[in-house]
Amino acid sequence: MEREAMEFDVVVIGGGPAGLATAIRLRQLALEHGTGLSVCVLEKGSEIGAHILSGAVMEPRALAELFPDWQELGAPLKTPVTDDRFLFLTRQRAFRLPTPPPMQNHGNYIVSLGNVCRWLAQQAEGLGVDIYPGFAAAEVLYHADGSVKGVATGDMGRTKTGEEGPNFAPGMELHAKQTIFAEGCRGSLTKTLFERFKLRAGVDTQVYGLGVKELWEVTPQQHHAGSVTHTIGWPVDQATYGGSFLYHLEDNLVSIGYVLGLGYANPYLSPFDEMQRFKTHPAIRETFAGARRVAYGARAISAGGFQSIPKLTFPGGLLIGDAAGFLNLPKIKGSHTAMKSGMVAAESLFELLRSESEIGKEAVDYPQRLQNSWLWDELYRVRNIKPAFHWGLWPAMAYSAIDTFVLRGKAPWTLHHTPDHTSLKPAAQCTPIDYPKPDGVLTFDKLSSVFLSNTNHEEEQPCHLTLKDAGVPTRLNLAVYAGPEQRYCPAGVYEFVEEAGTPQLRINAQNCVHCKTCDIKDPSQNINWVTPEGGGGPNYPNM
Amino acid sequence: MKILVAVKRAIDYNVKARPKSDGTGVELANVKMSMNPFDEIAVEEAIRLQEAGKVEEIIAVSVGPAQCQETLRTAMAMGADRGILVQTETEIQPLGVAKLLKALVDKEQPGLVILGKQAIDDDSNQTGQMLAGLLGWAQGTFAAKVEVGVDTVDVKREVDGGLQALTLKLPAVITADLRLNEPRYVKLPNIMKAKKKPLDIVTPADLGVDVAPRLKLVKVSEPAARAGGVKVADVNELVAKLRNEAKVI
Ligand SMILES: Cc1cc2nc3c(=O)[nH]c(=O)nc-3n(C[C@H](O)[C@H](O)[C@H](O)COP(=O)(O)OP(=O)(O)OC[C@H]3O[C@@H](n4cnc5c(N)ncnc54)[C@H](O)[C@@H]3O)c2cc1C
Ligand code: SF4
Repeated sequence: MEREAMEFDVVVIGGGPAGLATAIRLRQLALEHGTGLSVCVLEKGSEIGAHILSGAVMEPRALAELFPDWQELGAPLKTPVTDDRFLFLTRQRAFRLPTPPPMQNHGNYIVSLGNVCRWLAQQAEGLGVDIYPGFAAAEVLYHADGSVKGVATGDMGRTKTGEEGPNFAPGMELHAKQTIFAEGCRGSLTKTLFERFKLRAGVDTQVYGLGVKELWEVTPQQHHAGSVTHTIGWPVDQATYGGSFLYHLEDNLVSIGYVLGLGYANPYLSPFDEMQRFKTHPAIRETFAGARRVAYGARAISAGGFQSIPKLTFPGGLLIGDAAGFLNLPKIKGSHTAMKSGMVAAESLFELLRSESEIGKEAVDYPQRLQNSWLWDELYRVRNIKPAFHWGLWPAMAYSAIDTFVLRGKAPWTLHHTPDHTSLKPAAQCTPIDYPKPDGVLTFDKLSSVFLSNTNHEEEQPCHLTLKDAGVPTRLNLAVYAGPEQRYCPAGVYEFVEEAGTPQLRINAQNCVHCKTCDIKDPSQNINWVTPEGGGGPNYPNM
Repeated sequence: MKILVAVKRAIDYNVKARPKSDGTGVELANVKMSMNPFDEIAVEEAIRLQEAGKVEEIIAVSVGPAQCQETLRTAMAMGADRGILVQTETEIQPLGVAKLLKALVDKEQPGLVILGKQAIDDDSNQTGQMLAGLLGWAQGTFAAKVEVGVDTVDVKREVDGGLQALTLKLPAVITADLRLNEPRYVKLPNIMKAKKKPLDIVTPADLGVDVAPRLKLVKVSEPAARAGGVKVADVNELVAKLRNEAKVI
């Protein structure tokens, strides 16, 4: 079917901090130079912020460069960090460690990144950016010469089997001189660009963590606005990369999350249940006495850092933010680098679009500009910390200390990563983990948790969790790995159920919270996450 | 004929509503808000009537804070021709909304007003009825089917146990029920076009309407948690439990 097309100078895929910062910077430059420049942002969430889940302690550095008067403009960075604790947990006890320099938070703010994005979107619209939430970019479009022409949004109103339903509305084509991919961690279109333009040739594989997060409203007695706690150690063993964060925001809200490296080996491990168990630690649980949980969600993060940064440009477009992997893992911060990369990209694109009227050009000086910015230096210095965790917790801590304090990140070597989907051991070589039953007060089951993500997908639509081979879940995943998708999915989407005496995989796609873990961790990369109908997915408030 | 459609900005139907901890209302800070789903059905019906050549102009009206402009833009992206926002930061109860709509009806002289049967936030189910009363017009509430004739409109109403067929004299007020239609998906180019459609902003004072609340909200709280079910051994135990514990027989 013929699709309608719209033309823009720049189309940005994804309304997170990266995409919004790039759109804002482009329009600022256009207004400064008095030239016209049409910029459009597509966002798959039902509104800006609906799919944003983060910690978050935010470094205001990039924001201050974008809006020097951000405080007067009323940016929702309201709670400065006042104290910073770093704890090592054993089953019963907590030991305070010196906070490593990358994790020190003086001058930073505790925020809801979703709300920061809502605010950035208002600023962007004020500057003339067209923002379209509720529309997922489903397909990359190419010119005959192979350069990127734009994207197409997904069709709406197809039935489960893919036919056109009564309200069918075909997707739209958005054509642009430059298309910016800001899909965040494990972008579904970005993934296809990696292959098509061989952007990952010669760089390390990307590795990931899964962050499971809850937002709580605690009693005023337990609330200490500005307090930041990070923990490592219990409940995961020393071979597993995992740690928590506990941030006290404004209005008696506490954000608690657990980030687990997806390079774990035991297929019985469940990141969701580790998070639940973590909350029961004596040093943690008191914060939640008499409190109520108000939101839940999960999202993967790119943890590979410097050595995993792909080639960033290709004819007709480029990558920014967590789609490219600009996250500083030891700091667990990526919002400031996401914004900064978007702003640098905007500056490079603006020059390019002014000098070249033709379409399909490559913004070759964007990587150079990045290399000259603070972002590059920051990521380079911490590049060896995450891969060192491959050796286990204590050697890694020792290495990190030497790397950070003695070598100051300037070690003459670089450590490397191995892909997360290859790390699972067969179930037969592993011990099942007996997670405690939820009490419904402090700890919960998956279903009541997913309920608080406000996620939903129109039921009549093709399943957006596609399998390359429908036989693999039972033949390989269940037989060899005891069905790990039942455990790593933080939303209970995957279930093995008996049908006619044989186990079958059931996919409850409407529960998906778009964390992308299945696309990352499936042992044979058999699951391909594609965009569902626009507007589907979580509706996170204040996350 | 002109048609006037009322659209309310309400908490999104996917969001699990949560009372504020002090019980003064529902927590709405940074919560997703959308057009009340029944109002979407009302807008869709107006557009279908326009597509069938029965209506010249569709005016969407919303009452509430500045953000209701988004709701009006959505109505216009679906197909409404223009929008009117009665802007106010204070809470307006159904009678207040009905009075404001009446003032706009007096001004715009539509032949038909379509509203949602109720809003999914407070579930009042009153505004349409009150508006018809204030105007002295015929009303077809809970509409499942609407057919506009020359100076009448046929409405099939959802009532207990079936459908009731009414013929109303125009002008009339109709409230939309769930089965009236399935609203269309909004298309991207139409969202752009909607940005250029006229949107007037007035205040209750401009319309000379007193919107002071008549009802007092006492407290908003979570529904009591449901106690788990129990299995009974036989009918006798069931009857005994119903009589002695549940006290329902
Ligand atoms: C648990 C957790 C804790 C964190 N804590 C911190 C912290 O304390 N401090 C900090 O600075 N950073 C933190 N981060 C990292 C930070 O959140 C990310 O680095 C940052 O959000 C990346 O921004 P982005 O714009 O690149 O991507 P994202 O924020 O992921 O935004 C991408 C957007 O694009 C949309 N999108 C994706 N694909 C499509 C498509 N095909 N079509 C349309 N829309 C699409 C998504 O819905 C989303 O809205 C944390 C992350 C997690 C998960
Ligand atoms: S189905 Fe995949 S993307 Fe969706 S919630 Fe589960 S693991 Fe995450």
